[in-house]
Order: sequence, then structure tokens, then C-alpha cells
Amino acid sequence: MTLTMAGDPLEAVAGIEDGSTILVGGFGAAGEPVDLIDALLHSGAKDLTLVSNNAGGGDGGIALLVKERRIRKVVCSFPRQFNSWHFDAAYRAGELALELVPQGNLAERIRAAGAGIGAFYTPTGYGTMLAEGKETREIDGRGHVLEYPIRGDVALVRAHLADELGNLVYRKTARNFGPIMATAAARTIVQVDDILPVGALDPETIVTPCIYVDVVVRVDRHDKVPSDSAGGGQ
Amino acid sequence: MTSTGRLDRDGMARLVAADIPRGAFVNLGIGLPTTVANHLSPEGGVTLHTENGMLGMGPEAHGDEVDPDLTNAGKVPVTELPGASYFHHADSFAMMRGGHLDICVLGAYQVSGAGDLANWHTGKPGDIPAVGGAMDLALGAKQTFVMMNLLARDGSPKLVPECTYPLTALGCVSRVYTDLAVFLVEPGRVVVRDVFGTTFTELESLVDLPLVDGT
Repeated sequence: MTLTMAGDPLEAVAGIEDGSTILVGGFGAAGEPVDLIDALLHSGAKDLTLVSNNAGGGDGGIALLVKERRIRKVVCSFPRQFNSWHFDAAYRAGELALELVPQGNLAERIRAAGAGIGAFYTPTGYGTMLAEGKETREIDGRGHVLEYPIRGDVALVRAHLADELGNLVYRKTARNFGPIMATAAARTIVQVDDILPVGALDPETIVTPCIYVDVVVRVDRHDKVPSDSAGGGQ
Repeated sequence: MTSTGRLDRDGMARLVAADIPRGAFVNLGIGLPTTVANHLSPEGGVTLHTENGMLGMGPEAHGDEVDPDLTNAGKVPVTELPGASYFHHADSFAMMRGGHLDICVLGAYQVSGAGDLANWHTGKPGDIPAVGGAMDLALGAKQTFVMMNLLARDGSPKLVPECTYPLTALGCVSRVYTDLAVFLVEPGRVVVRDVFGTTFTELESLVDLPLVDGT
């Protein structure tokens, strides 16, 4: 499918329907596609299922979607943080469902969705309350739990650079869930710091090949990165 | 090893660091385990893994070094060492789950004599659970070390016959570093390796488990 270059984040997230399952990249603030999330908030989409490592911190990004009760269910590994007051309030009020998933299972279930794997057995969670009600099997003398893929209608991802085809490179630990989420959604929307001409990215260093990317939008960074590594180029 | 006083947090971290073999690949959990890094010397060649996608993690970043794209599992800004590498989350957890890390060091609410670990949820009504990477780490590393005070605030031992807190993983802990003693969790027995400011006999009265004196 042809890549769409969106003029701004609102245009990038246009058409996300109520009730969608949204995969959102980031580990805390690193790699969180804040401008896409803000645009999603403004778009008014509601009854969303959010799949992300965290459930929002502070008063920006995912936390605002939670605060405004746009999210019906959160699938994540680590909702509780020192600044997760919006999640805590919504959860305690019973206005938000939580599916707590061990982080490695979360990552692997997303990867499995993108790789066309029907389900997989893993020892993680075996014998714990997070495996209650799930199928188990002993493999090589060790208890395993059956886990199913997590697919998204939409993935919101933040990368460092895109080329005009939608090939992506990331920066440092902001890569985190981005590459796997990009493979696991029907529509992958990416916020980048800069867009370069085709051929400007070394093919050996491309992390997400363009086949996974549907929409790219360039947004200037608002945060401060050390001067030796910020901005365009590699 | 014996010592005249119980270990403080720094003393426990120093002891764990001294037991990490040269060249090991190690993941340090959030909280007390993170402080083990303060006692690892560059000459030891220990490589730190952070679950959010990096090998070769350096010390905490300060001032101009702070980069919002470079944080550790506790979301604290850190630095990169020469030879560092970055990878996505599924690769990072495959590294753990595939048994490639030599050691992980975790905190705990409770450890059982069989090496079961409880460290992610108090199970109290109203407490919001958060598991993060604890279940993957505890099972995936070749060895799982725990760092904790031996006694909870109410004086009850945290090394127990069976965990009463929700489990993180079964039979995963091989060693427990506490303020009063180091315990080796071996098949069918728990050996006291070192005591600090106490005696083996005193430990036997504190802990509701049969112990083997290895001091």
C-alpha cells in the first residue's frame, strides 16, 4: 500500500474509529508518540482498547486519554507508577478494565501477531495468578502457559527518522515496542523527528522496513536531546 | 564470612557485586538491585542489560548527558558505554527468556525455601498490581539473586516455607542476600553461607525453615 505523508498529527490519526484496539509504543516517555496521542484525544475517538507497556504518567500523552475516559480497557505490564494518578483514579472508580500482562509476554504476543503465529507456549507466568484460566502444558519437564497474539487496528509509533518510503530508524532506548507494534496493526502511524529522501538511510541500519508503515508525520521535538545526536541525518 | 554488624543497603549491594563473575551479562531490577551497579568496576567487564532494549548500559546520566531517549527500566536517564547495543522489546525479552543472561538481581516481598519468588503484588484489596518484566526475568536468567531485608517491618521473616504473597515464579531463586545473612537455595535445602551481626543459631530461630550451616 502507498505510504501517506500526513501534514500534521491530526491528519495522521484521522479515521480511527470508536472501539478500536490501539497499540501505542513507548516505555514511559521514551518513544511515546505524544503528538499522535494528543491528536487522537482531539479526534474524539472513544471506547478504545489501549495496548502499551504503561498506562500513562503525569498529565500528558496516554494519561490524558485515560483522564478523559476515552479508554475502556488497558492491556499493559506496568500501570502503577509514581505519577499514574489518572490511571489509578479511573481504575479504582471501576471505569477502566485492566489486563495485566508480563512484559515479555506482552512483547512476544505483539510480535506473534505481526509474524502470523497462532499462539505460543511460554514458562513466564506459569503457576501465578496471571496464568489463571489459561491452557498449560508441560514441555521438557517445565510448566508452560498458552498465550495468544495481540493484534491492533492501529499502531501509534514514534521513530527517529523515516525516508520517503516509510523505512524507519529509531534512537537509543526509544526503540522499545515500536518495531514490533509496527508489524502487528492493520494501520501503522508513525511520528518521526525528520523525513529524509529515499536512499539517505543506510539499508543495513533500517530497523522497520517500509512494508509495515502506512502513515508518517514529521513533528519537531519539543524535548532537549544532547546536541551531538539530535536532528536529521544519522 | 562473618561480620560484626548487620549489612546496610550499600553493604548488601557491595556483596552482590563482588559475587558477579568477570564478563557476566547481568540485569539489575528496579530499586535496591540497581545500586549494585555502583560497586561494579569497569575492569570486571560486567555488561548490564536493561529490559527496555539495551546492552552495555552505563551509569545514571547527569546534566547535559541527560537524553530523553536513553533511560533504564526505572525510567531514569542513563548513559551508554562503548560497545553498547540497542534492540527492540521482543528481542530484549527473548534475550532474557531464552536464557542468555547470566544473572538477574531482584527485590522481593518473600522467597520460599524452594526458591519460589513473590515480588510483584501485595495482593491486598485496592492495591494496583504492576508486574513489568519481573516474571520473565526471574525465570529467564541462568541465576536469579534476590536482595532484601530478612525481616519485614512487622518483624516477620521474608524467607518462608511457602509464599503467601502472589507468586512471580516457581523455583527460580538460587541465592538470597539479606542484611543478616546470605542464603544459598539448593535442591531440597537452604544453606547459610554468611552471617552479619548474628549467628547461625539466631537465624534458625528467626526463620521458620530448616537451615544448613555453611558459614
